[in-house]
Amino acid sequence: MALVDVRNVWKRYPGKTVLENVHLKVEEHEFVTIVGASGCGKTTFLRMILGEVEPCQGVIELDGTRLVPEPRADRGVVFQRYSVFPHLNVLQNVLVGLEFSASPLLGRTFGRRRARNVECAERMLDRVGLLSSAKNFPAELSGGMQQRLALAQTLITEPGILLLDEPFGALDPGIRADMHDLVRELHRELGLTVFMITHDIAEGFSLGSRLLVFDKPRIDPHEPDLYGATITFDLPVGQRPNMDSVVNGINAGQEA
Amino acid sequence: MEIAEQSPTRREARRREARTRVRLLNRRPGNVGSLLSAAMPFALAVVVYVAASGVRLAENPDDKLLPSLSTIGETVERVAFEPDRRTGEIILWSDTAASLQRLLIGIAVAAAVGLAVGVPNGLLPWFGAFWSPWVRAVSMIPPLAILPILFIAFGIGELAKVMLIVLGTAPFLMRDVEQRVRELPREQFVKAQTLDGTTWQIALRVVLPQVLPRLVDGVRLSLGSAWLFLIAAEAIASTDGLGYRIFLVRRYLAMDVILPYVVWITMLAFLLDFGLRKLNRRCFPWYGA
Repeated sequence: MALVDVRNVWKRYPGKTVLENVHLKVEEHEFVTIVGASGCGKTTFLRMILGEVEPCQGVIELDGTRLVPEPRADRGVVFQRYSVFPHLNVLQNVLVGLEFSASPLLGRTFGRRRARNVECAERMLDRVGLLSSAKNFPAELSGGMQQRLALAQTLITEPGILLLDEPFGALDPGIRADMHDLVRELHRELGLTVFMITHDIAEGFSLGSRLLVFDKPRIDPHEPDLYGATITFDLPVGQRPNMDSVVNGINAGQEA
Repeated sequence: MEIAEQSPTRREARRREARTRVRLLNRRPGNVGSLLSAAMPFALAVVVYVAASGVRLAENPDDKLLPSLSTIGETVERVAFEPDRRTGEIILWSDTAASLQRLLIGIAVAAAVGLAVGVPNGLLPWFGAFWSPWVRAVSMIPPLAILPILFIAFGIGELAKVMLIVLGTAPFLMRDVEQRVRELPREQFVKAQTLDGTTWQIALRVVLPQVLPRLVDGVRLSLGSAWLFLIAAEAIASTDGLGYRIFLVRRYLAMDVILPYVVWITMLAFLLDFGLRKLNRRCFPWYGA
């Protein structure tokens, strides 16, 4: 059974159809990149999987159960901006996810429990290379560091699905390459299923294991908003499957 | 081509002019310049006052409208440093204590109400559906128009005066806080939910800390009207307070009391505003950064 199962999903707003007839099955551990012209429903689609937006029609199932239209802890998210809390320092930003589940009343932990959480958060910060900035506020970080923080903050609660809405759109090319490596590694290490929207087609091809293109199959020139977009291409990309088979081959050779 | 022919002369003219001219909007005073510029209007006001007062006093030494600085100085010494013959208290200080107490209690209650109503109004759609339109309607009531109701309902004691300040400033603060909550990026709310935060936890750890410095800013803005309502209430029904004193001595045209009182009130208002700004800087270093 597919981890994410999207069947015949539509999203209409008054006078405008955003998405029509979207079908998609995504297995666990897939890295799905999503490209498409701006305003063609990529973000709407991501927000549906997030639970923030409800489809007008159709079904989205996660792990075989119908998705509740509300963001939940099984799906982490990083946006292009505003992903971290400006009033918390770097450590607190990562800590907050642990504290929410540990302390229903105050959303804060103290004493030994806090120390344990801090340890855990510091390991995560170390993993994304932010440990030395633990006491800084997000406004004092560069754009790339802020996105690293957003990743750490999300991943600390161990979501199975990671949703990325143009997370590197505002970063310099060099920093972006570093972030690609980081995301690729985290995807592998943590066994994540990733959905990532990008404007950068090269990024879409190189980073993921599967590329979705959103586009409008029909256009009424007199009323451009009449028809919505859907998935027009669904391509396996990247070298990952090949690499796996190569690795398996080598392993098999060694065992023999 | 004509355009090409013109340009050498233009360039020439520019070269000659541009070297010397800097636009007015790009010229700034230095540190000393800023200080002197800021002090100038104040000094000017004092000079104009002294001159005008001198002219009037030369015509009529008993003139009360613009007393001389020395007369004002004597009066200040009397009201600020000598105990009153009747009550044994130093008038300026007892007035200040009474007024500040009303003002601070009023504004504190208003801020608490603003927070208690504004946060749920902005955060919870159902709560807002009930109370947001009501708050908007109530905030249109001119507080001074219901001052008589307050005196009837709460008597002419402290409660009515504090209530006037609360009713005068709380509606603005409620709406302001609601607006500030709505302005928080939706991404933050989504993020907090994906971290498993409950509504309560999100209110406590995401909304409240971010709204507090904005509330302090809101309080700073509403201090002006708080002073207005305080002085209005004291002028109408009171036995002490800065506003009471000003309106009391008005009957004797005692400008030598009124003027220093106005200056004193202005200084208090400035200090309160300054203190709140410092408080924001110190308590919320991430804010406005």
